[in-house]
Amino acid sequence: MSRALAILSLLLLAVLGNAFSPENPTDRKILVLLDDLSIKSSHSLYFQSLQTRGFDLDFKLADDPKIALQRYGQYLYDALILFSPSIDSLGGSLNAASILDFVDSGHDLILAADASASDLIREIATECGVDFDEDQSAMVIDHTSFAVSDTEGDHTLIAGDDFIQSDVILGKEKIKAPVLFKGIGHSVNPANSLVLKVLSASPSAYSANPKSKLSTPPTLTGSAISLVSVVQARNNARVLISGSLSMFSNRFFRSGVQKAGSTINHEKSGNEQFVTEISKWVFHERGHLKAVNVRHHKVGEADEPSIYRINDDLEYSLEIYEWSGTSWEPYVADDVQVQFYMMSPYVLKTMSTDQKGVYYTSFKVPDVYGVFQFKVEYEKLGVTSLSLAKQIPVRPFRHNEYERFITAAFPYYGASFSMMGGFFLFSLVYLYHK
Amino acid sequence: MEKATDLLSSSQSFFSLKSLKLKTKQQELLLRISILGLVYILAFITRLFSVLRYESMIHEFDPYFNYRTTLYLTQKGFYEFWNWFDSESWYPLGRIIGGTLYPGLMVTAAFIYWILRFLRFAVHIREVCVLTAPFFASNTTLVAYFFGKELWDTGAGLVAAALIAICPGYISRSVAGSYDNEGVAIFALLLTFYLFVKAVKTGSLAWSLGSALGYFYMVSAWGGYVFIINLIPLYVLVLLVVGRYSMRLYVAYNCMYILGMLLAMQIRFVGFQHVQSGEHMAAMGVFFLMQVFYFLDWVKHLLNDQKLFQAFLRITLTCAISVGVIALGVGTASGYISPWTGRFYSLLDPTYAKDHIPIIASVSEHQPTAWSSFMFDFHILLILFPAGLYFCFKRLSDATIFIVMYGLTSMYFAGVMVRLILVATPAVCLISAIAVSATIKNLSLLVRAKTKPTQAGSGKGTTSTKASSKGALDQSLPYQKNGAIALLVGAFYLLTRYAIHCTWVTSEAYSSPSIVLAARGAHGNRVIFDDYREAYFWLRQNTPQDAKVMSWWDYGYQITAMGNRTVIVDNNTWNNTHIATVGRAMSSYEDEAYEIMRSLDVDYVLVVFGGVTGYSSDDINKFLWMVRIGGGVFPVIKEPDYLVNGEYRVDKGAAPKMLNCLMYKLSYYRFGELTTEYGQPPGYDRARGVEIGNKDIKLEYLEEAFTTSNWIVRIYKVKAPKNRW
Repeated sequence: MSRALAILSLLLLAVLGNAFSPENPTDRKILVLLDDLSIKSSHSLYFQSLQTRGFDLDFKLADDPKIALQRYGQYLYDALILFSPSIDSLGGSLNAASILDFVDSGHDLILAADASASDLIREIATECGVDFDEDQSAMVIDHTSFAVSDTEGDHTLIAGDDFIQSDVILGKEKIKAPVLFKGIGHSVNPANSLVLKVLSASPSAYSANPKSKLSTPPTLTGSAISLVSVVQARNNARVLISGSLSMFSNRFFRSGVQKAGSTINHEKSGNEQFVTEISKWVFHERGHLKAVNVRHHKVGEADEPSIYRINDDLEYSLEIYEWSGTSWEPYVADDVQVQFYMMSPYVLKTMSTDQKGVYYTSFKVPDVYGVFQFKVEYEKLGVTSLSLAKQIPVRPFRHNEYERFITAAFPYYGASFSMMGGFFLFSLVYLYHK
Repeated sequence: MEKATDLLSSSQSFFSLKSLKLKTKQQELLLRISILGLVYILAFITRLFSVLRYESMIHEFDPYFNYRTTLYLTQKGFYEFWNWFDSESWYPLGRIIGGTLYPGLMVTAAFIYWILRFLRFAVHIREVCVLTAPFFASNTTLVAYFFGKELWDTGAGLVAAALIAICPGYISRSVAGSYDNEGVAIFALLLTFYLFVKAVKTGSLAWSLGSALGYFYMVSAWGGYVFIINLIPLYVLVLLVVGRYSMRLYVAYNCMYILGMLLAMQIRFVGFQHVQSGEHMAAMGVFFLMQVFYFLDWVKHLLNDQKLFQAFLRITLTCAISVGVIALGVGTASGYISPWTGRFYSLLDPTYAKDHIPIIASVSEHQPTAWSSFMFDFHILLILFPAGLYFCFKRLSDATIFIVMYGLTSMYFAGVMVRLILVATPAVCLISAIAVSATIKNLSLLVRAKTKPTQAGSGKGTTSTKASSKGALDQSLPYQKNGAIALLVGAFYLLTRYAIHCTWVTSEAYSSPSIVLAARGAHGNRVIFDDYREAYFWLRQNTPQDAKVMSWWDYGYQITAMGNRTVIVDNNTWNNTHIATVGRAMSSYEDEAYEIMRSLDVDYVLVVFGGVTGYSSDDINKFLWMVRIGGGVFPVIKEPDYLVNGEYRVDKGAAPKMLNCLMYKLSYYRFGELTTEYGQPPGYDRARGVEIGNKDIKLEYLEEAFTTSNWIVRIYKVKAPKNRW
């Protein structure tokens, strides 16, 4: 039964992660939907960086009637880049629901909006837990941390440097320069626990129409504004939502940046590094874990039992690997925990690791019978969440597994045997004495 | 039914044959054996209606558990059965089956199965299980015969056997397929009582030992053994009080109690209850009392001084009683002696369960008995019972005192709980048999005395002096022969009516398996609703092996036995909190229920719905009990929230919480689109006869997975948490 379970959970993993073969999780084939084909050239640096990393990009106009995400029930692409902020209705049979289905079946999505973001784009973002400013003409304005440029401008070109602190999402290397951003802001839905702000606006930012005077206080202000957010869905599909399409453009990649109030003038903006690193994350080149060889057995035995007894000593081990983009490398961490769980964790242990990907621990089954689960719930910022549950019943002692003769019971044994002897003697005396 | 009347008439004819001196003994024996044989067969075949009407299948709810465990026992052997930890029920707590059941029934069936196998009969265990109860009912008729013989005479024994063979009160629990503990337990109960009465009569250790063994079998088979262990001490106490103490009683009771107790302790589920639980203390108290009695008797014998003995008696009694009271007080206070259980309380006080233990009160068979069901189950026995009591009092002996006590106490319990009619049935049959037998005997003596006046004196034998004196007295009355004949005819008419009634009840009321429902169609044809099995089969075929199914506990045993899936709660209602959690989920809004279901790893939810077919024992009608049981543990669930002015309704005027709770939504999902009856609006609930109040039901966290062809069982799948939230 447990073997069937294991197979089942493997199958389940496979189904959940069918964006990529489980052996090679990086996306291969990407559909790029554009408003107009000029974006292909104006954002060519970004696309080139993807192509050099081995991705197969398929450029299509967003209203091309022939575009299709799937054929005969099979998805044709591993990921989707939606660089068409102003599109009202997509071509072919595509709509917001089918794109969300695409994500829900484990595929990745990069979505860039703009000041002209259409309702369609907004709807997709909302479904992912990201709410763009409802004011159609609003842009993010920041009068203190804007990017210094030749003209005074309206301070909508922002130099953002409030990054999320995560090596997994943004790479080990620090983002060298602020990121240029020009577009609309959004807030993340507090009800959604899966969405993360990757690039937040500074405390002095606000979202309003730059061309008109502020008559009412802006609804989105300060660092509550997120400029770039990511979502890692429960099936580990990854979504990147940016309020600015130009962030990906060649112009922003190449231009230098000087943050207002700062004397440092960076030769080159941080856009290229930021966008490249974050697409590595989105396309599963980093932070993708897999857990294999989940094993448990009694201490001193090798085979997996179908049931444990209370107070058994058992060993539990699993191997966790991380995808490096080309191969599976052992994942090293000191915070992987296993629970022995029945409605609440009875045992919670941090597992030891041999630094080669194997995590192991041993513990005693609690003195409680029931249907337990070995649960590994590993949720760490950026990396794919591992959620392994393996059901295992724990039975009480059998009738012959109790200790047979215990010292405390010797008076009782004595009593019964003396009673028997006494009865025998009494019978003898009673019967034959007279 | 025809046979039953034949039997009665032949039991009658046996009295007239008695007058023939030639080979009387052999003829009588032959008649008796053939009558008994016929009764034995009759008891068996009258219970086969269910097999003929439906098929050879297990009925109801609990029998499915018994069947499943028997199957396990025959497949894995006794030790595996004894140590069975079942992880498929009460998820995630599990249940130690071996230690929480009465194994008597399963072991009996398995034993029969193994014997048949050994004799090279290739039977399926299911057939054995289906026919176990009828088989034991047949055996009960034999015991009833011997018991009746012990109480009165062989005639009464034969009548008792015939009456109990077809008595609906007993048949209700022992038709073929009703594979429940009671099926064998009534046999064991009557056997124990018979052997004990025999032991008291003879003062023989052997009979007493037999009674202890019978008690052991009873303990192994049914929790109703508590009745024995309280009735017998009560009987002994009454005998002591009325001055019928004897050495025979001393031997019988002590041997039966000590051996019975030791044997009963071997049953894991019972364990040390005989020395530790309040319900068994009466037996122990009477045991000690008997020793004191005996001791006093001995001292009296030694002292030979009335005054001295009186003083001694006073001191001893004071000491004994105070020691007993102190022991009981200390035992109860220290928790060594457990207090009475709720079930026991609810027997003594019929209102107790309703106020304190909704889970007991929610079971229909635990309701107080309606008068009509007494009439239904006993028919003429209800009238004959007092007459029998009269005869018993007229010829008082240790044995008749016992049957009177058994009859009166069990009648009280039968009034408290519907299902305990079963326990009263043997007593009622026996006492009625005494009435029938004695009356007919007297009447036939009268009739014969007239036709052959010379033979009345010569036919001594078993005819009692009382009867002949009565005959002498009656001789002065006019028309007595005609009157006697008229009365005899009347008696036969009544007995015929009884036989007809019993057969009708058996075929119409008690042979339905309840898992397959039958109804009359518009043209008088029989319509079969096999939705339960359809649903369980669907579960078995279409859900993952380890899927957990949440349903109200009534269906737990069936889901595990037939669907082979793990359930959250089942009919073994040992954990009230767990059941209350399910009740809470069913009575909460969908989002709250979702949290509860997630915490219990529920994959599927199963509800029973009778709105389309008009099947009234569905989950909506049981729903208030879910609310009560859930509210008993979780005060957030309040019964008034589901009622409007104290009224339970499902139509437009229903309480808003009612209209939006999970149970309502799952029962009536998509029901608003369906027209169930011509001339009624869509969404007309035929079970309750109203148009439902919430026709536009949207499910957010669950999705419909399967609905059976008549909508009786509806299965929903619990959705996985949202992917992006």
